[in-house]
Amino acid sequence: MLLQQLADGVATGAIYGALALAIVLVYRASRTLNFAQGELALLGAYVSWQLVAWGVPIWAAVIVSMAALAVLSVAAEKVLVRPLVKRHQALPLIIVTLGLMIAINALIGWAWTYQTKEVPPLFGSGTIDLLGVAVSRQDVGIVLTVLAVAIGLGILFEYTPLGLRMRAAISNPESAELSGISTGRTMSIGWAIAGGVGALAGTLIAPELFLHPGMMAPVLIYAFAAATLGGLDSPPGALVGGIVVGVVENLAGTYLPHGSDFKQVVALVIIVGVLLLRPQGIFGRREVVRV
Amino acid sequence: MSRLAVEISEAGYGPVTVLRDVELEVPEGGRLVILGANGAGKTSILRTISGLCRVSGSIRWGDAELVGAPPYRVAAAGIAHVPQGRGTFGDLTVRENLLVGGATRQRRTALADADRWLERFPRLGERASRAASGLSGGEQQLLAIARALMSAPRLLLLDEPSLGLAPKITVELFATLDELCAETGTAMLLVEQNAELALGIAEQAVILESGRITIRGPAAELRDNDDVRRAYLGV
Ligand SMILES: Nc1ncnc2c1ncn2[C@@H]1O[C@H](COP(=O)(O)OP(=O)(O)O)[C@@H](O)[C@H]1O
Ligand SMILES: [Mg+2]
Repeated sequence: MLLQQLADGVATGAIYGALALAIVLVYRASRTLNFAQGELALLGAYVSWQLVAWGVPIWAAVIVSMAALAVLSVAAEKVLVRPLVKRHQALPLIIVTLGLMIAINALIGWAWTYQTKEVPPLFGSGTIDLLGVAVSRQDVGIVLTVLAVAIGLGILFEYTPLGLRMRAAISNPESAELSGISTGRTMSIGWAIAGGVGALAGTLIAPELFLHPGMMAPVLIYAFAAATLGGLDSPPGALVGGIVVGVVENLAGTYLPHGSDFKQVVALVIIVGVLLLRPQGIFGRREVVRV
Repeated sequence: MSRLAVEISEAGYGPVTVLRDVELEVPEGGRLVILGANGAGKTSILRTISGLCRVSGSIRWGDAELVGAPPYRVAAAGIAHVPQGRGTFGDLTVRENLLVGGATRQRRTALADADRWLERFPRLGERASRAASGLSGGEQQLLAIARALMSAPRLLLLDEPSLGLAPKITVELFATLDELCAETGTAMLLVEQNAELALGIAEQAVILESGRITIRGPAAELRDNDDVRRAYLGV
């Protein structure tokens, strides 16, 4: 029972981690919180659902959805975000991403109605025997998929020329430009990856939460908690944070009295606690003030 | 062949105009130093060339017009810029800093060149895998210059390389700089407060006051000019 709870917690946590990763990638690229990240992921889930409804196999559907959301994120960044980033308008920027969140949500409701839809699990139903514990195939598949994405991105950032350019652009944008790196392009790539990873997260979690326009709002809160916990500028931190949040949420929901009511508060407690005790998160770097 | 010809009628930041009627030239392989007091606009000239300022006028680089080009294109066209304060990538390693400098070149060439720099400057070589933020000021300046030269530029823009360095380190740095640019025939546009050293390695010099050029001529002549000596050489 406990082990099954842990497995569930790790699996949902991996999804929170994936969405937190999207938030972190955007934060690193544009120094802004993208409140629309959850709704972009939701849109990804709907695109996957629509393609499946048209007869496309779920695996192909999720890949197309990731590509579509990557393109859409780049467009949103170019049109709505970059002009404000250039003028250092932090507050308008937050309001723009909040507006985008509401707009995408309304658009989804209009296009697909508010009725709940069923997305097939990517990894089928049934369980796998893991060290004597029956763990659902979906849980195992989710964790392995998120892990593969994380490792792939880790290799991209740490060991490829493109990754080096992206890190340089984040470390010192002006010097990066002066070294011949188009920081506009590296920014776009950051948003594209975030959009794709978000679409994957949305499609992965949809079978469990059932697809409806309100699905991602709580997930976004958990993802923000995960990103805050791990450190807003740390991709590995986002994943670790996500898993911690997922496990704590699951255990709180099961073992605390009135747990299922209480577990919504978990995210809030984590966010406030981290901001008070260690604002840069577990893996984050303290903001350095440049002279 | 490639030659920089700057004719700025106005340049600045947003509504603020800092430079007016600034004309200067750097011939292929030539060396020009810009001297001037704090706030005269020296940094702004370099930033304007690199595409970081609002500007009206013309900046010719060989056959190309640089006005309107974004900074990364100016860099890709063969102009490397070591900004004031060095602009090191503090959280990247020393080797990664060099590789970023070679971002516009073939990966293989960049890797080989980075190794060459690390060998040539053992103080950097010993710290190749450490974060650049851990280097001393002199080492960071050396790294910044090596990073700029990693792009095999035809022109090097240097903004006060001596800033914050001990006099002895500065003398060494200028000797190294002189040597490196002579080896590769790289032209140099140098901004400096240390007029003595700068005039020593430059061919031509201009003096900038409140955004305008007031004196220009061969570096050796400016060194002997009484006004210049009084104002900038502390004699
Ligand atoms: N980002 C900026 N925005 C507005 N004014 C600036 C900016 N940077 C520099 N200035 C102004 O431009 C003038 C020239 O500065 P600068 O080019 O840095 O001079 P120098 O390098 O000779 O010390 C100064 O008066 C400075 O206040
Ligand atoms: Mg200056």
